Amino acid sequence: MINKFLGFTPDKKLLPSQTVTTDTDIDLSSHKYQKIWLGPNHPGITGNMAVELTVQGATIMKAKTHVGYLHRGFEKLIERRLFVQGFPTSIRMCVAEPDTNEYFIARCTEELSGYADAVPEYANWLRMLSLEMARLQGLLRGVPGQGGTFALGIGVQWGVYLRDLILDRFEELTGARVYHMYIIPGGVRGVLPDGFKARMEDNLRDIDDFIIRIKKLMFHNSVFKTRAKGLAIITPEMVDKYGIVGTNARGCGVKRDVRKDNPYLYYDQLDFDPPTATDGDVYARTWIRWQELIQTVDLIRQIMAKMPAKGDIRAKMPNVLNWKIPKGETYVRLESGRGETGMYYVTDGSDKPRRINLRGPSYNHAIALLEDVLVGTDVADVHATMVSLQTCPPEIER
Amino acid sequence: MSFNLKDILTPFTAWSGVFKEPVTIKDPFNRKAAPRYRGFHDNDIQLCIGCGSCEAICENQAIDLVPVEGVEGVETKDGDSGLRPAIDYGRCCWCALCVDICTTDSLRLTSAYTWVDTDADNFIFTPGITEKDWYKDQNGWRKPGAGYEFYGKERVHMEELHADERKDSFIEFVKGYSKEQAQQEADRCVSCGICTATCPAHMGIPEYIKAVRDDDMEHGMKVLYETNPLPEICGRICTHRCEDVCSVGHNGDPLSIRWLKRYIADQIPADVDKYKDILGTGDLAKNDKKIALIGSGPASLSAAYYLALLGYSCTIFEKLPAAGGMMRYGIPSYRLPYDQIDKDVDYILSMGVDIKYNVNIGTDITLEQLNKDFDAVYTGTGLHLGRSTRITGSDHKNVYQSVDLLRDIVTGAPVPVEKKVVVIGGGNVAMDITRSMARLQMEKYGEVNVIATSLEDEEHMPADREEVVEAREEGCEIIPGYGPQEVMITDGKVTGLRVWKCLSIFDETGAFNPKFDESDERVFEGDMVIESIGQGMDLSYLSEEIKSKIEFGPRGRIVVNEDWQAKGLPWLFIGGDIIEGPDVIHGIANGHRGAVAIDKFLNEGR
Repeated sequence: MINKFLGFTPDKKLLPSQTVTTDTDIDLSSHKYQKIWLGPNHPGITGNMAVELTVQGATIMKAKTHVGYLHRGFEKLIERRLFVQGFPTSIRMCVAEPDTNEYFIARCTEELSGYADAVPEYANWLRMLSLEMARLQGLLRGVPGQGGTFALGIGVQWGVYLRDLILDRFEELTGARVYHMYIIPGGVRGVLPDGFKARMEDNLRDIDDFIIRIKKLMFHNSVFKTRAKGLAIITPEMVDKYGIVGTNARGCGVKRDVRKDNPYLYYDQLDFDPPTATDGDVYARTWIRWQELIQTVDLIRQIMAKMPAKGDIRAKMPNVLNWKIPKGETYVRLESGRGETGMYYVTDGSDKPRRINLRGPSYNHAIALLEDVLVGTDVADVHATMVSLQTCPPEIER
Repeated sequence: MSFNLKDILTPFTAWSGVFKEPVTIKDPFNRKAAPRYRGFHDNDIQLCIGCGSCEAICENQAIDLVPVEGVEGVETKDGDSGLRPAIDYGRCCWCALCVDICTTDSLRLTSAYTWVDTDADNFIFTPGITEKDWYKDQNGWRKPGAGYEFYGKERVHMEELHADERKDSFIEFVKGYSKEQAQQEADRCVSCGICTATCPAHMGIPEYIKAVRDDDMEHGMKVLYETNPLPEICGRICTHRCEDVCSVGHNGDPLSIRWLKRYIADQIPADVDKYKDILGTGDLAKNDKKIALIGSGPASLSAAYYLALLGYSCTIFEKLPAAGGMMRYGIPSYRLPYDQIDKDVDYILSMGVDIKYNVNIGTDITLEQLNKDFDAVYTGTGLHLGRSTRITGSDHKNVYQSVDLLRDIVTGAPVPVEKKVVVIGGGNVAMDITRSMARLQMEKYGEVNVIATSLEDEEHMPADREEVVEAREEGCEIIPGYGPQEVMITDGKVTGLRVWKCLSIFDETGAFNPKFDESDERVFEGDMVIESIGQGMDLSYLSEEIKSKIEFGPRGRIVVNEDWQAKGLPWLFIGGDIIEGPDVIHGIANGHRGAVAIDKFLNEGR
């Protein structure tokens, strides 16, 4: 687009997919190329990471992703803490949707210590509620945020406001807005407050209205269509090769959803069908996310209708200070807003985990896949591509 | 391009937002947080005991327990460390795990969340003590309830023989924990160490409870013997001050520390070689110093054990034909079986400690002679004399002292058992004699008819609660709150005890001066009366010359210096009930300290 506007025609023969096989093929001394760095400090980058671009004009010839700016080592920090102390650190592995990581720590420890079935039913419904609320607040930022990458700022403002309403509900339920620290080994940390459902329903009605408005704003928008359609295409062949999951896979017709394929909690009792599209471009992925917005609102309504009115919120567990888990290993997975997320958890019989590994979808999406799909796009499309792949750098650098 | 005119026009519907009310809050500082919000900390200083569970669970090491001085109600005492949590807000992540584990429910988070300060050091503060305006905010995070507990609140039930099975025999009725039960009980411990500070012997309680959890009995034994050479005995009849102050007990049942100690000791077979193997005492270096110990109660046994570890040759002189003192001759065997006493005592004697039975100091051998033959003398002769109420009729031959009867039960001397018995006293010894008499009555008459009465009311009875409950289960009648006035005697025979309702025991100055309601008079029928209102010491073995050299304090107790030496006689060391207590654990504790003091005394100048 920009090339066309500037009247610049890149040399198509030089595009890496046709000719460039190694770094030496790009001869920087030829003055045909330029190297620019996007990030690590750039408002368009979704966190602390950098993309090293080799461009010809505005067209990206080669992209290399760089991580390592966070220096936090969450997995190691958790490995040096008691089992119950893991969840406040785990949530830092994804700011946008922290609840999934709380769930992992809880579920892994429960499975390995034999308390998986001991978690009260009420607590499991509350877990599901908080996980879906987390997905909803993520989508409220993510869907209009995709428009934001094309300078369509108004939708972002609407979304952030509505997301804050969901954060109000989180504050009520969990005691915090962003880092909820709600799901704990054995159960959850609070009952549903009085009047919560009515207030949530009010918010959901506002979101229903927003869903229609955002559709008009983004999906019937010539600029958005022009920019997003055909951008950063993922083909079904790439899905297994790169380990693509979630909306990124469903955007090219590969219907994968852990909630359906391997139901956890009580997802098998809920009525939903994960949306799919065929184009595999940014537009298709955003469109699916918009449909998920509708679906998540519906799921929250279903959960609130089906959950028991009251019950115990935590199983009777050993003293958290003395809790030791027998030797073992497990892998727990769930469908986060970004796709299948999993945690590999190893215990050695002591009071601390031996090894933790978070399988964050961003690792697959933003390291290798991003490098590939960026080739041939414009510099101005990098942010849009990163957002559409739902890049979350802390999840890469656990 | 796949768009049409509609796609160009539709986005302009966004302009409809222009007419909407703005949603921005103009004053974020006054936005009220949700009732459950995790904001800044508050701590109820009076409720907090400084157990440090918050510090233990804090994943960011943001909490540090600091000494607090000059705050009313906060002092270092039994059950209170005198410390309070200080929180570093440079590290805190407001996860509220500290609130969730708080054993006293004193810590909470308020819903306040704005704090502006120019000095970074101010962000380390002591909630409840550093003045903050958010303490009045009653909203915020508290323990959620609804089955949410970080440690077990309920004690693992200890299996006992049913009252019907136990009331006609002297066999031990507390069955002891199984491995699963012990580990489950040990799991409840938060390892705060409040118990260690309170225990007179300062036993490493959290450490041996950890050994139970880890199923490492040998390590457990090592920890026990560091401070207490009588674990089998203490594991059964200790007055467990540790449990009274247990932080877990503030919101639930305190840990069964005593039963856990018994569990560890029970797991090791009664084999002195095995003991020596575990404790590494098989080959001790000997020195040439000799110590004489008078009496073989907990104080002397404890002193002898630790002196033997230091290489001293110890000789115990015991008046009675078996070792143990009050533990054997004062405590009934349904609470403390003799084989368990033997198990602990045999190991101590196997360390080269010599014991001479049936020796009366003063008559068979004098204290002065002991001083000549030995390098130091330790005396822990205990309280073996009964005290009388001195009411009318208390000099009758059918009015007995509980200590005498309890001793007679053990030695096998004839014990008078009448059909109806009245016991005066509300302490543990009174309960012991009440329950022992009940058993003897069952043997002789097939029914129980014992009444025990005390000045103190039900709430203030000095006996352990379970003793009272168990006595009642066994058919004894416990009627607290009455003061004895007269032993009724008709035709030379005891017929009962006349009592008045007791209104108060101490006067305004705190002196013993009971007040009675004379209109509320009762007569407890009985053919014999047993007095059990406390014991006195028998110091007749001290010659007049020695008595003139040493000092006596209130209630006739010998005054000792900080090295447990009798003031005026540096070679005479005192321990046991005659200076502290009375109970076993105090005896063990001052026996241990006495041993250290003797070692210091004999090595001075070296």
